[in-house]
Amino acid sequence: MNAYLKRRLLVLSGILLIVALCGILKGSVNIPFTQLLLKENQPIVNLRILRILVAIVAGSGLAASGVVLQAILRNPLAEPYLLGTSSGAGLGAVIAIIIGASGLYLPLAAFIGAISSIVLVYNLARQNNKIPEQSLILSGVIISVALSAIMVFLVSISSNEVLHSITWWLWGNLQVYDIGLLATAGIIVFSGIIAIYIFSQDLNAISLGEEEAMHLGIDVEATKKILILITSVIISSVVCICGIIGFVGLMIPHMMRLVVGPNHKILIPATCLAAAVFMVACDILSRVIFPPLEIPIGVITAILGAPTFIFLLKRSQRAK
Amino acid sequence: MSSDTLLKINGLSGGYHRQAIIKNISLDIQKGDFLGIIGPNGSGKTTLLRLLSRILTPQEGNILLEGNDIKEMDLKKFCQKAAFVSEDTVINFSFSVLEVVLMGRIPHLGRLQVETKEDLAIAEKSLDITDASGLKEKRIDELSAGERQRVIIAKALAQQPALLFLDEPTSHLDIGHKIQVLDLLKRLNRQDNLTIVMVLHDLNLASEYCNRIVLLDQGMIFKQGSPREVLTYQNIEAVYKTVVVVNDNPINSKPYVLLVSKEK
Repeated sequence: MNAYLKRRLLVLSGILLIVALCGILKGSVNIPFTQLLLKENQPIVNLRILRILVAIVAGSGLAASGVVLQAILRNPLAEPYLLGTSSGAGLGAVIAIIIGASGLYLPLAAFIGAISSIVLVYNLARQNNKIPEQSLILSGVIISVALSAIMVFLVSISSNEVLHSITWWLWGNLQVYDIGLLATAGIIVFSGIIAIYIFSQDLNAISLGEEEAMHLGIDVEATKKILILITSVIISSVVCICGIIGFVGLMIPHMMRLVVGPNHKILIPATCLAAAVFMVACDILSRVIFPPLEIPIGVITAILGAPTFIFLLKRSQRAK
Repeated sequence: MSSDTLLKINGLSGGYHRQAIIKNISLDIQKGDFLGIIGPNGSGKTTLLRLLSRILTPQEGNILLEGNDIKEMDLKKFCQKAAFVSEDTVINFSFSVLEVVLMGRIPHLGRLQVETKEDLAIAEKSLDITDASGLKEKRIDELSAGERQRVIIAKALAQQPALLFLDEPTSHLDIGHKIQVLDLLKRLNRQDNLTIVMVLHDLNLASEYCNRIVLLDQGMIFKQGSPREVLTYQNIEAVYKTVVVVNDNPINSKPYVLLVSKEK
């Protein structure tokens, strides 16, 4: 990693600190910087710090998963939302809540949902042991719609208050209800990201093509299985704390490939930092546009995500 | 087994989905060979190469590299000895040329090990050999097909292999670039004693560059030997089912093959 790239990571960390500070100060009630440490402001400051932590966990988890899925499926459109993994995790979590599970059982149920939906999508898309690009996304979207529908159905007919609302599940929310759950999810997500980072060399090789990677001595099948398992664990933890948030895993990795290049040794940390910045910024927006109303975070990421993505795509096409 | 045998293939059968495309092939590849594999479409050339390079697992028989069954070898150890260059490597991610060539060092590195100065020197030397040093800072996805193939060969050389497999490495190149790449391989073969096993479609290029040729037909070896022994009109007409004229190249007296249309 050269000095130039290290500087970019440092700049990203700086931006994250600034955005996080803004996230604490801004909202339906603005707190002036000088009153940050006043006792009467403590409850609101604490709540906002927790939201920022959720944003960082969710953003970096979703974006790191996007990086991995795009590399191992060599499909630029792969991301947890479009592949139906998030919906699978969501459905798993909803079912678990309805039958009264809590604590660690919640991410576990979400994980079973996520891994089942990945296996389902993978097998649906597979034709003669090959997975055509479009067919993968097509089956991902179909499974995503179907699982979300079942999820909405269950939330609609259930009177369980822990289930929040349909909007919470479909469009995400960074409000913290359960600090213990946030801590658990945070630890799982960051362990997962470290595990992914250990595979960055393999991810580079697999980006060249599966057979190319095998010719470089990488056990591609085993590596893919391990990485899909890790991303499922990450996504299920994220969905448990903030519902389904789309486009972060698609947009941020592409944006960072343009900024730092495709080498995963630098791409993974850069993507995690940028996604954290992006999520915190989206959360600020969601709180300040129509206070005291709060726009669901998934709406913001989708509205911002789609045009940014188109712009980046056009720019990279022109560069060629 | 003679001590000069690098790769020994014993009764090899293999293919896809339990269906054998390669049937009971035995072949010795000597150190320093420039071996061409030729044959009609569907005769199993690429399948044979994929079996030799461990992409496919043999259904029967075995392949010994310096006396060790490649199936039993550690995959990274195997890739330190044998590298592979495919027909056309399209890379969708915009790695720099140097990053791609450095990936050739992966078989020599541990999981979290960072490339050392020595690895970098090997990568730069490989780029030098393939005449691609000028491309070092460029992005792999903005190169022409000829430039890209030279970079991919440089990546294979960075593995520092004793054995190089190539699957029609020049089929996407014009004649100038074809000769450039094949001359490079010939030089590596002569100077560094690099053993080359290459699938080729073009019989005349096979004749020009290979010291040994294996002619495959329906998954079996129809004939193997020097270009003069294999490239006879009888052999070619029997396998390719087409009429040809075989003559000697006036400059180096190697055989060359002319195609003859059946339509008058």
